Amino acid sequence: MAYKIISSQCTACSACEPECPNVAISEKDGTFVINPKKCSECIGYFDEPQCVAVCPVENTCVIDTKYPRYQAT
Amino acid sequence: MQNQMQSNSDSVGVQVIKSPDQIMQEIAEHKGCGTSSEGAKASCGSSSGSGDMAPEVWEKVKNHPCYSEEAHHHYARMHVAVAPACNIQCNYCNRKYDCANESRPGVVSEKLTPEQASKKVLAVASTIPQMTVLGIAGPGDPLANPEKTFKTFELIYNAAPDIKLCLSTNGLALPDHIDAIKSFNVDHVTITINMVDPEVGQHIYPWIFWNHKRITGIEASRILTERQMLGLEMLTAAGILCKVNSVMIPGINDKHLIEVNRAVKSRGAFLHNIMPLISAPEHGTVFGLNGQRGPSAQELKALQDGCEGEMNMMRHCRQCRADAVGLLGEDRSSEFSTEKVMAMDVQYDAEGRKAYQQQVEQERQATVAAKEAELADLLEEFSNVKILIAVATKGSGRVNEHFGHAQEFQIYELSTEGSKFVGHRRVDLYCQGGYGEEDTLPTVIRAIADCVAVFVAKIGGCPKDSLKAAGIDPVDKYAHEFIEQSAIRYFKEYLGKVKSGEIIHVVRGDAEIRQGAYIAA
Repeated sequence: MAYKIISSQCTACSACEPECPNVAISEKDGTFVINPKKCSECIGYFDEPQCVAVCPVENTCVIDTKYPRYQAT
Repeated sequence: MQNQMQSNSDSVGVQVIKSPDQIMQEIAEHKGCGTSSEGAKASCGSSSGSGDMAPEVWEKVKNHPCYSEEAHHHYARMHVAVAPACNIQCNYCNRKYDCANESRPGVVSEKLTPEQASKKVLAVASTIPQMTVLGIAGPGDPLANPEKTFKTFELIYNAAPDIKLCLSTNGLALPDHIDAIKSFNVDHVTITINMVDPEVGQHIYPWIFWNHKRITGIEASRILTERQMLGLEMLTAAGILCKVNSVMIPGINDKHLIEVNRAVKSRGAFLHNIMPLISAPEHGTVFGLNGQRGPSAQELKALQDGCEGEMNMMRHCRQCRADAVGLLGEDRSSEFSTEKVMAMDVQYDAEGRKAYQQQVEQERQATVAAKEAELADLLEEFSNVKILIAVATKGSGRVNEHFGHAQEFQIYELSTEGSKFVGHRRVDLYCQGGYGEEDTLPTVIRAIADCVAVFVAKIGGCPKDSLKAAGIDPVDKYAHEFIEQSAIRYFKEYLGKVKSGEIIHVVRGDAEIRQGAYIAA
């Protein structure tokens, strides 16, 4: 699975962008988005997903269940 | 407007809130806190002149409106919102509504890239020659956005080296950036320090983001306070002036701020700015939603007075926006939107700015001379009478604003020791379009209820009567005169009347601090 950003909650503060170890986060139409193809849920990098840990608005960076579980290679 | 005064009694948050009287008593008992080291101030009193500061510090701050009370009448500052990210969460801030205390409650109009910010600064500096200071204060934390912050400083440092650069931070990342701060000649840094005890901090900071982890509870505040103290010590060692901001949160850190004052003074901070908590449910903050109240005007003043024994206290802070432009208390940011700035042909006029600033310098000297002359025979008198007066002013140190146009009043304390600036009170605009709005007048009166008089350039008959009924003397005879000279003259007359029995001096009650953002009309 990957994380996604609920755009209506996003304040566009940009705090998540530099924290992402996969450079999966970018600005789009005034808020930030996660590229699900690049997101590894921070597995293999950190104990907790960085976008979730740094985001100032609760429940804004959430698991996107549309995608299968991320497999570390 | 939220009536904070009346909701005090039922505004119990997570902790037991003491009565205002208890708090003020405890604060008063701490008068003259700190050690009696050789660094003691030459005179207790206002930060209105060089007397309180070491000469080298005064030289650095005398034209800085956010550091020198006197300079803020004459010089303007601007903030550029290039730093949206933050690395901590404060209970007085909700990022969906932007930062409630540090930047202002509300939302910055727009965030800027460093290139846009630099052009905006040059455009403003060319239009407003008294603009001498550029600050980066958010809306997040400048040092949580180091690339954007330092790129902005670099561009401005190269294009306009006469503009002073400063930044305001929560301190968590500060120890990592001292060299960069030094390299761009940033010689003024503000750290917001609300506690030096993690037990207190856990009620203010729910979490920090640190070493790739979200850290909560008491551990978060333990790390934060260690980093803040280390950062402050490193700034002092590097010769960078440091001011400390603290938000006064009744029942949580109000008494504790005396310890904060001691801790930051001993580590070399030169100025302490204690600001009232801004808290209302509509801000959506934890404190706003749980009913945590802010302090009253007299509670705030008692704490500031209690910490003033040995350290300069700042009392003219407007808690302004992270994108504010103009003199303190004034906001001209709408004239400089990105769209307008990008369309401007900016010619940076360094010579013109210098000439203007020399003229301001002469005016400042005249203001000080007038005050000194008026003060001379007052100092021979002795009396315990102390009064507060409110002044409507547009700047330049003169009584030059109409009562109905005032968006804030400056408060001066008068005693036989002279005049002392002790704060300002924001009010809703009383007069809109030439007609007094009846329902805003009571809120104006509540904001200056602890004052004996209000000095204005002009005032209508109706508000005049209401003020008199509330025991506040409306004074328009000093229109366009110097504020402090007029205030001292008024006080001498007042003392004379008390002595002759014409009036009886009574100690006045408390006043209300307006909640909510300063937003230019």
